Amino acid sequence: MNVAVAIDQIPQDALPSASEAGPAPKRIVVAYGFWIFLLSDIIMFAALFASYSVLVRSTAGGPTGAQLFNQATVAIETACLLVSSYTCGLMSLAVNSRRHFGTYLGALITFALGVTFLGLELREFSSMIAIGATPQRSAFLSAFFTLVGCHGLHVALGLIWLIVMMVQVAVFGFVAKVQHRLLCFSLFWHALDIVWVGVFTVVYLMGVSA
Amino acid sequence: MNLLGKLDWNAIPLHEPIIMGATAFMVLVVLAVLGFVTAKGAWLYLWREWLTSVDHKRIGAMYCILALVMMLRGFSDAIMIRAQQALAAGGAEGYLPPEHFNQIFSAHGTIMILFMAMPFVVGLMNFAVPLQLGVRDVAFPTLNSVSFWLTASGALLVNISLAVGEFSKATWWGYPPLSEMQYSPGVGVDYYLWSLQISGIGTLLAGINFVTTILKMRAPGMSYMRMPVFCWTALAANLLIVAAFPVLTATLAMLALDRYLGFHFFTLEGQGNQMLYSNLFWVWGHPEVYILILPAFGVFSEVMATFSGKPLFGYRSMVAATMAICILSFVVWLHHFFTMGASANVNGFFGVMSMVIALPTGAKVFNWLFTMYGGRVRFSVPVLWSLGFMVTFVIGGMTGVLMAVPPADFQLHNSVFLVAHFHNVAIGGVVFGVMAGYNYWFPKAFGFKLDERWGKASFWCWFVGFYVAFMPLYVLGLMGMTRRMQHYDNLSWQPWLIMAAFGTAIILVGVVCQVVQLVVSIRNREKLRDVTGDPWNGRTLEWAAPSPPPAWNFAFQPKVAGLDAFWNSKSRMQAAKDDPTPTRKYEPVEMPKNSATGFVTAFFAVVIGFALIWHIWWLASVGVFGAFMTLLAFSFRRHSEIEVSAEQIAQFERAHQAGVAA
Amino acid sequence: MTEARHERAPGDRPSREMHESDPSEFFVYTIGLSVAVLLTATSFWAANTTLLWPGGVFLGLAVLAIAQMGIHLVFFLHITSGPESTNNVLALAFGVLIVFVVIAGTMWIVADMNANMMIPSGAPMSMRMQH
Repeated sequence: MNVAVAIDQIPQDALPSASEAGPAPKRIVVAYGFWIFLLSDIIMFAALFASYSVLVRSTAGGPTGAQLFNQATVAIETACLLVSSYTCGLMSLAVNSRRHFGTYLGALITFALGVTFLGLELREFSSMIAIGATPQRSAFLSAFFTLVGCHGLHVALGLIWLIVMMVQVAVFGFVAKVQHRLLCFSLFWHALDIVWVGVFTVVYLMGVSA
Repeated sequence: MNLLGKLDWNAIPLHEPIIMGATAFMVLVVLAVLGFVTAKGAWLYLWREWLTSVDHKRIGAMYCILALVMMLRGFSDAIMIRAQQALAAGGAEGYLPPEHFNQIFSAHGTIMILFMAMPFVVGLMNFAVPLQLGVRDVAFPTLNSVSFWLTASGALLVNISLAVGEFSKATWWGYPPLSEMQYSPGVGVDYYLWSLQISGIGTLLAGINFVTTILKMRAPGMSYMRMPVFCWTALAANLLIVAAFPVLTATLAMLALDRYLGFHFFTLEGQGNQMLYSNLFWVWGHPEVYILILPAFGVFSEVMATFSGKPLFGYRSMVAATMAICILSFVVWLHHFFTMGASANVNGFFGVMSMVIALPTGAKVFNWLFTMYGGRVRFSVPVLWSLGFMVTFVIGGMTGVLMAVPPADFQLHNSVFLVAHFHNVAIGGVVFGVMAGYNYWFPKAFGFKLDERWGKASFWCWFVGFYVAFMPLYVLGLMGMTRRMQHYDNLSWQPWLIMAAFGTAIILVGVVCQVVQLVVSIRNREKLRDVTGDPWNGRTLEWAAPSPPPAWNFAFQPKVAGLDAFWNSKSRMQAAKDDPTPTRKYEPVEMPKNSATGFVTAFFAVVIGFALIWHIWWLASVGVFGAFMTLLAFSFRRHSEIEVSAEQIAQFERAHQAGVAA
Repeated sequence: MTEARHERAPGDRPSREMHESDPSEFFVYTIGLSVAVLLTATSFWAANTTLLWPGGVFLGLAVLAIAQMGIHLVFFLHITSGPESTNNVLALAFGVLIVFVVIAGTMWIVADMNANMMIPSGAPMSMRMQH
């Protein structure tokens, strides 16, 4: 009794909609899986945002956000990340058209802007620590360093990933799996900028205007 | 700088005879298993076929084996708790000092929820979902292996804590300020933190894997409303995993930052907020219990329909109820801390939502009852577990709705009434469900059925034992007994606690019956063999594959025309009296290659966890570097698939047909 | 051919055959960047100006942030409302729902508890040293 045959004998044209079309192509499966991962990551950030919102006034007699934050630095950081999102988009166009030079150039500028962002952020952190505004000072500062630091850690990991991807482009060329991974990278990089919109609004802008 | 951080010979608790006894037993069992594998010369086979397998069926089996092993450890903790409480009345101290008792109930909860129930449920989903969907594997097979091995790493760390150091005494929740450095300076809470973080990452990755598989990889023709209900409940559970586990990751990370770097999220100093932890923990904690129960509901749906010989009653309402429970489970979490200072408005909102969530659950119960009504019910072992569930879970659910009323909860919160309630739903719901699933899918996984008699014996012992163990706790809760008591003064409580201990002993007999069932079934496997692949006259696609299925699951990709795809095709075949010889040529199939990535990643995860627990910073760095290199090595591999030739498939199918005909 | 019946990968540009009249992708990215820059500048202005009342500033910043997140999703991540994007949008909606529940729920509950416990917010440490 080979049941597989009986199941098999359904006419092909009785499959109208996408939900009945069978397993999706690998590109869709990989990107969708990564999309779900990104949503889980954003939920993790939500928990950190929630903690920050709850602890923002728990300064324990120490410095407040309004006293510490430098808007000029934040503006430059925001510009860096936003433009890097744009150059990442341009890199995606080059990847889809399988253009090596465009890909490397887009990656290089994205990387440079990302490194600048991180450098500025590290400088901000170290200047805060230098004046005693350490994460050990108060719950507010713990929450600040964790939320902003977690985002910065994601950026750093993204930059490492970008380097690895460029090595893979050099080694493997634009094979399917490299293209899939670069699609995932661009999803990741854009999502980081979306999270940063939340960070600069809630932490910095609402912090200084409160 | 001490090379070994906080680790020294004092970490081994030589002065605690019970712990040393347990450790010695554990070490002996491990050595016995290693010795057995060596004697059989099976290391290469084990490595090639199981440890580096990315086959969802193998991974599912390994999850279930891990769960069964950890159940023994968690159940030993339960026996110890019950024995202590039966003895330590009215001035008697019992045999367990308070520090040890606190570790035991903390370990019991942690192990049973995170290293028994979760792996069992994830294991069943792993095994059955791709087969039911009519596909060859999950969306990300290597990631699946990584998930399993990370879960196993967490379990390993918990077991290491028995021999080296101590476990947390801060309950399975780890509430601050008790879990902060100030009040828990030892390594116990750190063992808890890192084993949960590591296994939590594994679970999150599995959640992503299964959501993607169920939404993007189904057989052609299998639209959403033609999926088996178990796949719907798996989808809901995995959506909850994806949504809830990140919150746990963040919360444990914040506690770790407090402990390791002196941050002030939840400390008493620096204006930390302890209630923030409770809040965030239960934002994860409540969906977690639904992650456990929803797949169990799915198992019952499959079992009831199969053994009643009828389609599941009310498929659409089942799907709607499942997804409703999925969403609602995210807005009830405050009922775990009604008494902790929120106002009536907040308590009222969450109380109402907790009662509302009982509605879709009730709809499901009625659907199961109506499935059986008018059917020819076969009282197999899975059906017994399902019937036991129906009665037991309903009682547990009712006590839950009772406690959803905030004023009632103010009397009952953290009493043993609460303990009885959650064991009522956890054992009656989750444990009975995974036992039903275990007995139901065992023949598919291993090619022979489990012994029926010992299965029935184990069910009855569990069922009777559960009531004898936990009904007294309801009474005691109403009499005012708080949970987690190492000793108590009120002598009128003792008879009930003795009865509870007796019930635990009955359950122990049930567990022993299950071990015997497995041994007897393996010994009699030829007599119990499942030759056709369809031992229960099943309705869903997994029964179309041989038992056990080959790595590629199906020779031809099944195409689906309706619900209960396999049942329909069987009816069609009987009507048409089909010629059994295949009319299509076999084609080669690409299957994912096995990979050591999961195992090696887990090795480094254990290194990182152990190093962080004992403050051995250089070792933790080595672990992180190693894990990163493993990921790199995986990403640079050139060949990720192997081809299974048409000839190999044909050969397998011929052998299977020959077995069926014989 | 089966590809046309499938959905689109998140982040992928719309397929050429189905959207021939759409503007070029480079144009889409550039528009997205320009609007995002505009929204960012407006946010910085709103946070620093004295022209708006403080309550309005908060609300305005929130609206601008959400708008900019939307711009990113549509112009950089190509999340649209078309039928080939349904799964992506549903997943996003689920994520947004959970984010809202977690943040709003936590803020409501903890603020409520703080009020009931009479926890002074922003008070000096000495007031909490009775432990």
